[in-house]
Parts: sequence; structure tokens; C-alpha cells
Amino acid sequence: MPTVQTVQTVLPSLTPLLPELILGIGVMVLILYGAFRGERSVETVNVGALALLLVALFVVMSQPAGTKVTTLSGSFIQDGFSKVMKALVLLGSAATILLSRDYFQRERIDRFEFPILIVLCTIGMLIMVSANDLIALYLGLELQSLAAYVIAAFHRDDLKSTEAGLKYFVLGALSSGMLLYGASLVYGFTGTVSFPGIVSALHEDAGFGIVLGIVFVAAGVSFKLAAVPFHMWTPDVYEGSPTPVTAFFASAPKMAAMAMTVRVFIGAFPDVTAIWQQIIVFIAIASMTLGSFAAIGQRSLKRLMAYSSIGNVGYALIGLAAGTEEGIRGVVVYMIIYLAMTLGAFAIILSLRRRNEMFETIEDLSGLSRTHPWIAFCLAMMMFSLAGIPPLAGFFGKFYVFAAAIHANLVALAVIGVVTSVVGAYYYIRVVKIMYFDEAKAPYEVMAPGLRIVLALSSVVVILFWLLPAPLVGAAGAAAKSLF
Amino acid sequence: MFGLGLLSGLLIVPLCGAAFILTLSGDEKAVAKNARWAALATTVVTFLLSLVAWNRYDATSASFQLVESHAWLAETIRFKLGVDGFSMPLVLLTTFLMPFCIGASWHSIETRVKEYFIAFLVLETTMIGVFQALDLVLFYLFFEAGLIPMFLIIGIWGGKRRIYASFKFFLYTLLGSVLMLLAIMAMYWQAGTTDIPTLLQTRFPVGMQWWLWLAFFASFAVKMPMWPVHTWLPDAHVEAPTAGSVILAGILLKMGGYGFIRISLPMLPDASHTFAPLVFALSVIAIIFTSLTALMQTDIKKLIAYSSVAHMGFVTLGLFTLNEQGIQGALFLMISHGIVSGALFLGVGVVYDRMHTREIAAYGGLVKRMPLYAVAMMVFTMANVGLPGTSGFVGEFLAMMGAFKANPTVAFFSVFGIILSAGYALWLYARVIYGRLEKPNLQGILDLDNREKLILAPLVALTIYYGVHPAPILDVFAPSTEALMTSMKAALSNTQTAAAALPLAR
Repeated sequence: MPTVQTVQTVLPSLTPLLPELILGIGVMVLILYGAFRGERSVETVNVGALALLLVALFVVMSQPAGTKVTTLSGSFIQDGFSKVMKALVLLGSAATILLSRDYFQRERIDRFEFPILIVLCTIGMLIMVSANDLIALYLGLELQSLAAYVIAAFHRDDLKSTEAGLKYFVLGALSSGMLLYGASLVYGFTGTVSFPGIVSALHEDAGFGIVLGIVFVAAGVSFKLAAVPFHMWTPDVYEGSPTPVTAFFASAPKMAAMAMTVRVFIGAFPDVTAIWQQIIVFIAIASMTLGSFAAIGQRSLKRLMAYSSIGNVGYALIGLAAGTEEGIRGVVVYMIIYLAMTLGAFAIILSLRRRNEMFETIEDLSGLSRTHPWIAFCLAMMMFSLAGIPPLAGFFGKFYVFAAAIHANLVALAVIGVVTSVVGAYYYIRVVKIMYFDEAKAPYEVMAPGLRIVLALSSVVVILFWLLPAPLVGAAGAAAKSLF
Repeated sequence: MFGLGLLSGLLIVPLCGAAFILTLSGDEKAVAKNARWAALATTVVTFLLSLVAWNRYDATSASFQLVESHAWLAETIRFKLGVDGFSMPLVLLTTFLMPFCIGASWHSIETRVKEYFIAFLVLETTMIGVFQALDLVLFYLFFEAGLIPMFLIIGIWGGKRRIYASFKFFLYTLLGSVLMLLAIMAMYWQAGTTDIPTLLQTRFPVGMQWWLWLAFFASFAVKMPMWPVHTWLPDAHVEAPTAGSVILAGILLKMGGYGFIRISLPMLPDASHTFAPLVFALSVIAIIFTSLTALMQTDIKKLIAYSSVAHMGFVTLGLFTLNEQGIQGALFLMISHGIVSGALFLGVGVVYDRMHTREIAAYGGLVKRMPLYAVAMMVFTMANVGLPGTSGFVGEFLAMMGAFKANPTVAFFSVFGIILSAGYALWLYARVIYGRLEKPNLQGILDLDNREKLILAPLVALTIYYGVHPAPILDVFAPSTEALMTSMKAALSNTQTAAAALPLAR
């Protein structure tokens, strides 16, 4: 049968692309359905999007971890690393849909476009995670970013939300440009865009052009990561966007951006570590320091979480700065735990509602332990965990990245890291203080079911991680191993 | 059961009690009452369980006993528990003091009773965990985890400046500890494991030992607390509720000393030897300086807090004499101070519950109305001074003897601490208990009730018993101390500093 053979040789293998394909085809169906049914379709589209994400998650989880499969002429890779990071991205996106339902209904902006944009954004993120050349990376990044700009401005009658969308778009476009410029420099000096190709074209004494290219690429990715000095957009966008969107920005895209960063530096530039290590060390130190000091003065919970996310990216980057397998394992463990802490914290922020008013400042948590003891307990655990106090999960995240840094002889980086984590602890425990030591205010409404699910799952991870750490650490270890 | 041993049981029982209290619901008064009894039952069961462990413990051996090891973070970082001569007495001290803390909180805690006892039981687990951990990461985990319940205890149920005190306590100790975490990691990469028994056999390069020692010192010195990083302690003590102060003075301060004897001395012998003069200097300053500070205090709890710092100075002094008497004395002083300072804070709690003030000036002439109380406080005060016949004497005497052997000048200066301690302790006693009963609001004060008698009597008995018969405790310490001395001697004579180490080898 000659025809079949031709088809096989022409068409690339699509099995590694299965999750993306499912999401892509599914989201087209949902768009059509939404367009025909109009606003009545919101409920169905939401359920459909959630189902799509869960199916994709199932497919990702059933992909083999130990093997590396490339397709689309080597520009798309599926390996142990992509498996774990994709699972995190999908979990973050699914959680966002759960978190958003109640909020959008009450704010009367529940349109069917939101879940669709989330799924589109997720496809972009999955491609970012699996990108094996600079073009695929950029395509994934742009798909993710465009969807993100729109949902930042999703509350289109709200001044702050539109401003957030616009700000995000302008600065995001700038950073995409920088990334692209860096990519073109790398291409110009190596003659290839594929990561394995770049590896073989580069050697220890890379020229100045490559250095410049790496600097620009680093600037581009640190914008996406919201790492200092490209973090300026974060507090404003986090504060202005509707809260479920903020939860989304703090969770899934962070996973994808971190995966992309790791993929670029470890996948494409493993032999010129000396060049990029200093950049990452600087970004890590700057992010940790700014994240912990700037958060002290914040009163808005969303801004606080913005600075907290800046700081957390700094800690995760310590693992990357080490540039070793255990460093990447630390990054992955950190991201797993960070995802749980962030989603849990946002589930609680979203539950601070009385009638149709949302409360978003730290003072609104006052005396929460009297009115809502369980919620207060969970948030206190999230805060202690973010501060890195054992036995909560956040401690283990820090443990693995710091251990890797010590092994890689980055002692100064580790010392700065732990000291800023103590500074950070101040504002995290201040939240606990307000909930537990201050006088109670009027109680809030009962938590929506979607929020409860997210909060329960993330609390279990955060509080009980220490009892059974092996599965998650093992998964992170396998993910890191596939990169080396 | 599930392959868990006695020592895991000691960790699990308080947590189970806390979980049970958590499930209590209904009428507020009934919940409070049930929570109290459940907490008391839990701590008593834990104590009995620790006695079972004690019964199975072979005090003549220096090795780790009742060891259990479960899979945890990695093959090289395991959930490993065990006790030896250094940790067994401290485990017993912890489980012994806990029922007293619960008893002392019986009536004085009125708000959020349920949460209070949950916090205390969780705290008990973390404290026992510190002493039982045979893995450095596990040790760190319990060491730090205790901050969370203690932060809440001071912050929710504390006095007027509770928020300031709780933040200071939390951040101070956290800052000290994070450097220890880095040191643990460095040891892990050097030795390939964080298993404590293995690390005890590992020799670290001398240059590395210095850095490791300083990192551990940062943590233990804050926890101890040593001068000049002791300033969190008076604040925390003054603001904490009575039982919180008892736990702080009785157990939490001992974690620093335990850390020195478990990690710094045996694993980093060369650095310990090098830095001993530094510790001596800080200890002597602590002993004299904080004793003088104690003299000037107008708040009873603050006075006792400063006296704790001074006594901890004797502990560090004894530990770093690096001879048998000094170490034995320091360890004994830790146990004795745990009982005596705990008892003193309980005693302060008795009058505080009645008068709601800790000002020394608000009291006077209590002996007229409270003779039993006066007797109990006298015993504890004498033990605090270190009067022969009380448990306080034995430890201080041995520590001084060790110090004299190691460095007579240091011993000379530290003696002033004993004189000063007699000064502030007796003066306090005189101002509170003696004198005329002039203040009108003291006229109706009542002597100890049955609950308070039940709490103070065993402590009086133990203070005197261990004063005249210290052998039961010293015998437990002896094999482990001997083993430590042998390994340290071997380590020190192996290094280039053999000449400098000669006086130790005597």
C-alpha cells in the first residue's frame, strides 16, 4: 500500500501532541457551541472546558515518562519533564475554572469566552513546555500571552481591569520583542533554532553575539516569570485583573514560564552555563530581595500575592542557577508546592465576600479565626508554608533548591536566599497575626463549592506533604532526569 | 502497628489528642471542659508511654536505642527516631512537664480553650520530635515546627505586648535557624547522608567545620539563648501565658543545649575546641551581665527570665569545657533548670491568677496568707540559687568544676554569677513573700487550692530528691558522655591541633 506509507512519512507522529490536539479540537467545538447558543451556553461551556482540561490531564499522565519522543521535525518534545510540568499547567487551569464560576456569576460578567480563553491559553502553555526549538517556543508563548492579555481585561466595564489588560499587553509585547530579538541573535550566531542544534553549535568560548542573545532571551523569559528587573507589571496587573484571573496568572502561566526557562537554559545552553548562571543568580537575588521587602508595605491581598509570587520565582530560580539535575528537581518540587499554596490562598481570597461586595485588603481578614476557623486555619498554613516553616510543604520546596545551590557551591546565593526568606516570613506571619490576634469582624458568606474543592485539595498537599513526600519528589526527580 | 514503634507513638499520641479535641463541638462551656480533660488525659498517656520507653531503655549503653527508621525524603534522608543518654532524659522531662502545663492552664485560659490545647499538644509533638530525631533534616523539621504553635500561644493568649513579643520570638529564632539549614545541607553533600549516627562517625575537614560550627551556633545560641542574642526571651516570657513560659523555660531553651551536645560537639570537635574560648566569653558575660540585669527588674516573670539566661550561661560554659564534669554538669543543669524554672513560672502563675499583675511592688507579706505557697516558692528559689541539697546545686557545681579544670579564670568570673543569683533570687523572695501584708487587695488572697497543691507538690519533691540523690540522672548521661569524650579525644589528637588539645586529654 504505497499511499499509506507516503501519508505516514508526510504526516508527523501525532501521539505526543495528543493533549494539545484534544484541547484544540475541543475548544473549537466549544466556540461554535457558544457562538450559536449565546449567553445561555455559559454553564455548558464551563463544564466542557473543565472536562477537556481533565481529559488532557489524563492523557498527559498516561504518557510514558522515561522516553523522549520528538515530533514535527524535532521542534516538539515529549519527555518526563514535559509530563510533570504539563500536569501542573492543566491543574492550574482547571482550578481557575473552578475558582471563577461563582465570582463571574456574581459580578454579572459570566461570558462563555472566559473558559474558552483559558483553554486556548493552556494550549499555548503546553506548547511552551514542550517546545524544542525557538520558533515553537515563541509560538506557544504568543498564543498563551494573547489569551492572557484578553482575560486580564475581562471585566471590561471596570477601569482597573482594562488598565491591567492594556498594561500587560504593552509590556508583554515589548518583552516578546526582546525574546524574539535574542532568539534571532542566537540563530544568527549558531545557524540553527533547534535546541539540540544550538547545543552542538556552541562551545565553551562562545562569542559576544551569543552572550547578547542569551541576555535578551533571559530578559524575555524573566518578564514572563515576573522576575526582577522585569516585574513592574505584576503588582498592577494582579491587582487590576478580576481575582480569578489573578489566581490564574499566579498559577498556570508561572508553571509554563518556568518550564520554558528551564527548557531554554538547560536544553539549549547546557555547555555555556558560566554565561547564563550569573544572569540567573542576579535575577534570583533581585527577585527574592524585592519580593520580600516590597511586600511589607502592602495592604491589598492581591498585591501581596503579586510580590509573594515575585519572591517565589526568585527562590525557584536558585535551583536553575545551580544548573544541575538536583537543581532542576528542586525547581520542579518548588513549582508543585507553589501551585498548591497559591491556589489555596486565592481560593480563600475569593471567598471574602459579603452580599455583593468583595474584600481584598489584609485588614479584611481581621479575626477570621473567630468567624471562619477552618478557612483561617488553612490560610494560616498557606502563609506559614509560603514562609518556608517546616513541616509544611513550602519548607521542602526551599529545602531542595537551597540544597542544590549549596552543592553547586553557590553559598552566597543560598545565604541571601534564607535571609530574605526570614524577611518574607514577617509579612506572611503578619497575615496570621491579623487573622488570629485581632478582633473579629462580621462573618463572610459561605464558600462556593468550587472554591472548597480547590482549597481542600491544596490544603491537603500543603499540610500533609511531609508525611508522604516520596511520590511528588520522585516525580520531580524523574522530570529533572529527563533533561540531562 | 503499621510498623511504628514506641517513639513514633510518643509523637502520634499528642497529635491524636489534638485531633480529638478538634472534633469537639457544641456548647462552649462543655467544649472547654472536655478539651481540658482530653488534653490532660493525652499528656498523661504520653507521659506513661514515655515511662514505658524509659523502662525498655538500657541506661548502661551509649548507643541509640528503640531505633526505628521509615522511608521518607530519600534513601539517605529517612524518618529515623531513636534515643540515647542525652535525649532520653529530655524526652522524659518534656512529657513530665506537659501535664503540669495543662493543669496550670485549667482556669486561667478562658477564651478559645479548644484551640489553646490543640496548640499545646502539637507543640508537645514537635518538642519530643526534636529530642528523638536521628536525622538532621527531621531534627530541623521539628526544631522549626515548634515555632508555629508557640507563636500562636504567645500571640493569642499572651499579655499586653503579646504581638510584639510573638513576632520577635518568631523572627529571631527563624533567622538563627535558617543558617543551620544550610549547614545541614552542606553536611549532606559532604557525607552523603543526614543520618545522625553516620554523621557522628564522619570526620569533616577542619576548614569546613568552622563554617558549619558557626552556622549551627547561630541557631543554638539564639535558642539557648546566649548573650547577646537573648533579648527575645524576656519579652516572650513576660507576655506568654503561664504554661507557655513553663514550656519556654523548661523545654524550648534546652533544645539549644541539646543541639550543642548532639551536633556541634561530636560532629565538629575541632571547631568546638577552637571556638570554646568564644563560648566561654559569651557565657561569662551572660552569667554576670544578665544576673545584674535581673537585679534591676520590677516584673517577676522578667526577673526569672533573665535568671534563665544566666543559668543557660552555665550550661554553655559546662558543655564547652569539653571535659566529663563540665558536660555532665551542664546536662544535669538542663534537667534541673527545666524542673525548677518551670516550677517558678508555675508559682508566679499562682499569684498572677489571683492578682492579675506581675509587678513585684504589688506584692509583699504573702507568707501571712499563703504559708504553703511560701514554702514551695522557697524550695524553688533556693534551687534557683543553687543551694546544696537542691537539684540546682549539683549541675552548677559540676559545671564550675569542669570550668575550673578547663580554664580557672573563666571559673573565677562565673562564680560571681552564683553570688549574684543569690542576690536577685532572695531579694525577689523577700519582697514578694516577706514583709508586712499592707496592700489592701492582698488581704483576702487565698492559699493554694487542691489543683495547685497537686501541681506544685511533685515539683518540690523532685527538686529536693534530685538535689540529694542526683545519681539516677547522672548515670543515664554517663555512658553517652564517656563515648562522646572518647570520640572527641580521638578526633582532636588526630588533627594538627594535637598539641593544643593536650590539656583536654587529661
